[in-house]
Amino acid sequence: MKEIVVLSGKGGTGKTSLTASFALLAGSSAVVADCDVDASDMHLLMGPVVKQKELFYSGKEAVIDQEACISCSRCLEVCRFDAVLSDGTHFEIEPVSCEGCGYCARVCPADAISMKPSLAGELYISEVRSGAHMVHARLGIGAENSGKLVARVKNEAKTLATRDSKALVLVDGSPGIGCPVVSSLSGADYIVIVTEPTISGWHDLKRLRELLGKFRLPSGCVINKADLNDEYADKIRKYLEEEKMDMLGTLPYDENFTAAMVQGKTILEEPFSESETAENVRGIWQKIQAAVGWSKE
Amino acid sequence: MKITIASGKGGTGKTTLSTNLAALWAEKRHITLLDLDVEEPNSGLFLKGTPINREILEKFIPEWHADKCRLCGLCQEVCEFNAIMKLGTEIMVFPELCHSCHACSGLCPTGSLPMVAREMGELYHYRMDNLDVVEGRLAVGEEQAVPAIKKVKEYQKREIPDADLILMDSPPGTSCPVIETVKDADFVILITEPTPFGLHDLKLAVETVRGLDKEMAVVINRHGIGDDGVENYCSDEGLQIPARIPQDLNIAKTYSAGKLIYPVHPGMKEELSHLIVFLESL
Ligand code: SF4
Ligand code: SF4
Ligand code: SF4
Ligand code: SF4
Repeated sequence: MKEIVVLSGKGGTGKTSLTASFALLAGSSAVVADCDVDASDMHLLMGPVVKQKELFYSGKEAVIDQEACISCSRCLEVCRFDAVLSDGTHFEIEPVSCEGCGYCARVCPADAISMKPSLAGELYISEVRSGAHMVHARLGIGAENSGKLVARVKNEAKTLATRDSKALVLVDGSPGIGCPVVSSLSGADYIVIVTEPTISGWHDLKRLRELLGKFRLPSGCVINKADLNDEYADKIRKYLEEEKMDMLGTLPYDENFTAAMVQGKTILEEPFSESETAENVRGIWQKIQAAVGWSKE
Repeated sequence: MKITIASGKGGTGKTTLSTNLAALWAEKRHITLLDLDVEEPNSGLFLKGTPINREILEKFIPEWHADKCRLCGLCQEVCEFNAIMKLGTEIMVFPELCHSCHACSGLCPTGSLPMVAREMGELYHYRMDNLDVVEGRLAVGEEQAVPAIKKVKEYQKREIPDADLILMDSPPGTSCPVIETVKDADFVILITEPTPFGLHDLKLAVETVRGLDKEMAVVINRHGIGDDGVENYCSDEGLQIPARIPQDLNIAKTYSAGKLIYPVHPGMKEELSHLIVFLESL
């Protein structure tokens, strides 16, 4: 089984629209995972029919039993996250600040604090338009540990791929360079970075590359909106050469991406399927297949 | 007054809005901009000023001292984040996973785990006339954004104590780092694109901000592409839209080169002026 993860550094580079296009091209031979759980938009293009749904708990939060509390103040002293609120006699945990470390519960002399699991989000397994299964999630508001939810989405997708003997797992990765993206990288065979020729796209690409270097993962790059700025497009091309990353192709600045999105479609579908952009997307997908040594046929 | 600029997803123009708004507003009064998007702080690419200060951001992690340790394993047992483990006759700490809660250190019966400082990123402070910018930057591979955000806010309180108008550029999304930047704001601006993706993420952001009991308004970026979904949603929900930044290839090009938009785009300047009037009337 091969696993391809699509990343972008910052958002708004067209990563999700492109991943959805790849998913259509891969059809039923892939399992799709939306690991961009902070902004899980891929389902809007994939027409999912939810088959399975479950709550996802991750981390804990402290709760004080007011009957048992003897107002000794120990919890307040040890908490490093200013999560214990008190007027001197009444003690209460503020859930938004509680990190779930459990220190207070361990030092409470009256055993008044319990740690209860906190709801991190919902996980879905759906059937999508391309004939594939898709695993996606919705992170609860202000929930922590989106890294764990990301790992869960990915593992679920891999389990499905193994069960159904699918050769490919296609992952819409998380943005940024923090915890969630690290979780979406583990176990990947190939990384596709979608960038744009802007000063921030350029800086984010370098930071992302630094992170990928730590994982020694082979990677390639798509320059979206390539005609926006020639100077940065050239800089990115040179950088890819120096870093021995594959240049997978470029896409023009094309408002049809948005027009297709409004219709809940990818750029590969009518009436956009014959456009230059659509042609390029198919070419890029060919190159990715060659790079990972997999093909649908 | 503290105003947080947030967005449900990345790439909707959050940095464009915060840098341009800060620069234009600073033509009238003193502004402090905190770039709290510590995984990808980009303000410094668009606002170039005189460097005032640079600090190492530190977090505290336990350091194992073998001599007195009885290998009782309590540290591993108490850590909720799998950041400390007993492996054979050694105790290993995984700094990136550590949330600095001090539990292992405080509970170790032999005092073998003093907390020591470790670098997790950097902070830059620079100034242009009436505008102070403080930017936090997390080291690559470091997983905890919240402590870095807290440090930047502490720095502002310490070094720019008389700041009366603070803009905070929040990380994208709705997870804990976002909460950290919204929870002490007086007002929140959510920026979005008028597309189905934008609408979907805006709804989550609105729920988040409501959950924290904050007042907010919406700014639409790339106004003119997409559909009416966002406008309709805002009017149904009673959310004001004090500015609409037009969809314009020239704005995208100016942005791509790392330049401020409003000095060369009258349309942008006009929308930002509306926004400033709106915010000043709050
Ligand atoms: S669990 Fe940790 S963060 Fe939460 S209240 Fe207790 S000590 Fe504070
Ligand atoms: S440590 Fe326990 S008994 Fe003491 S104030 Fe906290 S909850 Fe109450
Ligand atoms: S709690 Fe202290 S004494 Fe026990 S294993 Fe950990 S470091 Fe050693
Ligand atoms: S300080 Fe807290 S998070 Fe860090 S290793 Fe110790 S128990 Fe774990």
